[in-house]
Amino acid sequence: MLKLGKKDFTLFLVVAVLAIFAPFILNPFPTDSAMAQFNAGYPDLMQRFVIFGILAIGFNILFGLTGYLSFGHAAFLGVGSYSAVWMFKLLSMNVIPAIVLSMIVSGLFAVVIGYVSLRRSGIYFSILTLAFAQMSYNLAYSVLTPITNGETGLQITLDDPRILGITATADGGIPVTNLFGLEMRSFETWNVGPWAFQFSVGYYVAAIIMLVSFYVAIRIFRSPFGMMLRAIKSNQNRLYYTGLNARPYTLAAFVISGMYAGLAGGLLACMDPLAGAERMQWTASGEVVLMTILGGAGTLIGPVLGAGFIKYFENIFSKINDQVVHGWVSFLPDGLEDVVVAIIHPFVGKGWHLTLGLLFMLIVIFLPGGLVEGGKRISALVSSRRNHNAGDAEAQAARQQPPAE
Amino acid sequence: MSKTILSRRGLLRTGAIAGAGLAVPTIFTASSARAFTNAPSGGAVTLGFNVPQTGPYADEGADELRAYELAVEHLNGGGDGGMLGTFSSKALEGTGINGHKVEYVTGDTQTKSDAARASAKSMIEKDGAIMITGGSSSGVAVAVQGLCQEAGVIFMAGLTHSNDTTGKDKKANGFRHFFNAYMSGAALAPVLGDQYGTDRKAYHLTADYTWGWTQEESIKAATEALGWETVETVKTPLAQTDFSSYIAPVLNSGADVLILNHYGGNMVNSLTNAVQFGLREKQVNGKQFEIVVPLFSRLMARGAGENVKGILGSTNWHWSLQDEGSKAFVKSFGTKYGFPPSQAAHTCYVQTLLYADAVQRAGSFDPCAVAEALEGYEFDGLGNGPTLYRAEDHQCFKDVLVVRGKENPTSEFDLLEVVQVTPRGQVEYAPDHPMFAGGALGSCNSGA
Repeated sequence: MLKLGKKDFTLFLVVAVLAIFAPFILNPFPTDSAMAQFNAGYPDLMQRFVIFGILAIGFNILFGLTGYLSFGHAAFLGVGSYSAVWMFKLLSMNVIPAIVLSMIVSGLFAVVIGYVSLRRSGIYFSILTLAFAQMSYNLAYSVLTPITNGETGLQITLDDPRILGITATADGGIPVTNLFGLEMRSFETWNVGPWAFQFSVGYYVAAIIMLVSFYVAIRIFRSPFGMMLRAIKSNQNRLYYTGLNARPYTLAAFVISGMYAGLAGGLLACMDPLAGAERMQWTASGEVVLMTILGGAGTLIGPVLGAGFIKYFENIFSKINDQVVHGWVSFLPDGLEDVVVAIIHPFVGKGWHLTLGLLFMLIVIFLPGGLVEGGKRISALVSSRRNHNAGDAEAQAARQQPPAE
Repeated sequence: MSKTILSRRGLLRTGAIAGAGLAVPTIFTASSARAFTNAPSGGAVTLGFNVPQTGPYADEGADELRAYELAVEHLNGGGDGGMLGTFSSKALEGTGINGHKVEYVTGDTQTKSDAARASAKSMIEKDGAIMITGGSSSGVAVAVQGLCQEAGVIFMAGLTHSNDTTGKDKKANGFRHFFNAYMSGAALAPVLGDQYGTDRKAYHLTADYTWGWTQEESIKAATEALGWETVETVKTPLAQTDFSSYIAPVLNSGADVLILNHYGGNMVNSLTNAVQFGLREKQVNGKQFEIVVPLFSRLMARGAGENVKGILGSTNWHWSLQDEGSKAFVKSFGTKYGFPPSQAAHTCYVQTLLYADAVQRAGSFDPCAVAEALEGYEFDGLGNGPTLYRAEDHQCFKDVLVVRGKENPTSEFDLLEVVQVTPRGQVEYAPDHPMFAGGALGSCNSGA
């Protein structure tokens, strides 16, 4: 269906179902329980999950298929955000023109950077892209301040022209980003017993775009073009010997990947109309690499999982403070309670980087294929156990469980 | 006669449908009662403390968080009450805010606009925070202030010194207690004139971003009004750690004063380099060469160590002040944590109290009512003398301290001495002053 193979279609369906029911899946704990701290089902974080998912999917088209490790992908994210915010400032608060422009501009940007950087491969390519990204960051931070508003970040203001929209709302506020009147920031809360589920317009818009990008990525992976990119990864010299020029293919992959990043950047600005230079910093580029490796480079679903994993830590673990930890272990005797809090303390709150780093090490050491490999191993374990207990027929069925790719 | 066979799956399915059906009416009860964003329900109210816990200003952030925890303790009637006893308004009784017990959530801004906004958003959307406060950089303050305006909650800025926060980027829902670059210039210039004379040639090194520029602009204007000449202004990249290549040209420029518009690690490094180059022992134009750091903080002074001795600068507040409010705050902070608070801690503590007091006086958490209670509000007893929250731009007007690095510090905290308390009248400016022009407060947003 949808011109996808059976496995791919099942995978796509699983991702679609996960995306649609995310507000439920990410909010497993009742609002007033102690575990509510771990709920991730609020609009902002859900939006980030899918948007960074798009970024990681795009990065994976370059890194997973061609093996070219770009260390400057954040530049495209930033460029996309700036273009989108300028569209909000000049044209209207509708998100469609903003998204279109952010993809076009980041695509052009990718052509220029790619044309230069792709003359080298391996570590030299990585360093070149890193240099370009840092250059963009520094330009955005200071020299280009008239365009980027420097350190403060580009924001929409009350006196922007917005020629197709309104400069200010009737009651003197800044208008809100919308899709033909549907406000991105509006959400409904659905209270079911002790649970509260939030359904955000912005999230569903972003999720639909993520599904489309995911679909396109599957098609690229399965196309002859994708095969060509894999050939580049396995042995570029051999390609040249057979008389094929690999450069146009790598450049195309680089531009597609850059446009994905631009789309993600544009969407970030749609959900929250602000573009800051930090979005282009090398740490942001490094984060994309981490996401892809953590989830499983070269797999379809891996980068999305990795993006979710990292954003979850950044937003949930960083908010656990000593007060919260004390609340969890308050049942212990006083002295012991303090000891336990002192042990947990370095790993939560400001120590979230430490926890993430440890988990990253564990995953890279024990699951070189990332989270996807973990999932595969678990499903293999389950199916072999079933093999023991049940007949052959059922084992066959289990084997046809969607493999992660 | 019919027989109903109920399978396990069928039962589950029916149960789920029935459950969903029963839950549907609650959709309508959820959002209809909402008068403004995150109206507190139940006995508690949640404040959001958004401070840098990682990154270059983590020290300031940690101190801000200590101050917030102390403020919450005092608001809920714990501890010795701190500045509640000296505050000119007696609306707060140590019984929470408007009878609601104060709870709080914390987040990490990482000193990045993006991360700060994400963290503030999660506090508003997930934890139901009614007010966001904190931060240790103007970029973050401006970004989070914009977010709070959109979301319909109050933003009480932490440490932010750029003119823009209450200048071209001011917002109706945002309030700043901290002083700004213009005030630094206005307070510092007369002292500079007294100490170093009115015939001086200044050389500026400026951190190349918005805060650095507004400070350079302010100091330049104030010193030139004094009769000083500005020889040159040089921008340095924010990420610079070695300033030797910027210091060397100063020696040949004919300047006899070096003004460092740097903050945090930048300032520690540039000052150290300047002292190592022997600038302070030089005689230029027949005068002693001097270095000025317009925005000083104790945490920075500690980083720069010996080099800070005798250097003039300005600060919002210092723990050695002897008024009742400062003494009460230093005492309760010291009792709880064992060392004196920084100016970042002070401004954050005061902001929390001011917010709580405004809610109490307004009798409502509605951001518009709170903003109205804060606008044009005159108060005293919070460590800076009589202070006004100006209605036109939501900036506090109060005395500014001119300080000097102490020659003989008695402890690792006793690094600055107060040279002069510049009275409020001297640092005031018109709301439409050119350095602050170009923005509009807009109308208050309660998120209704």
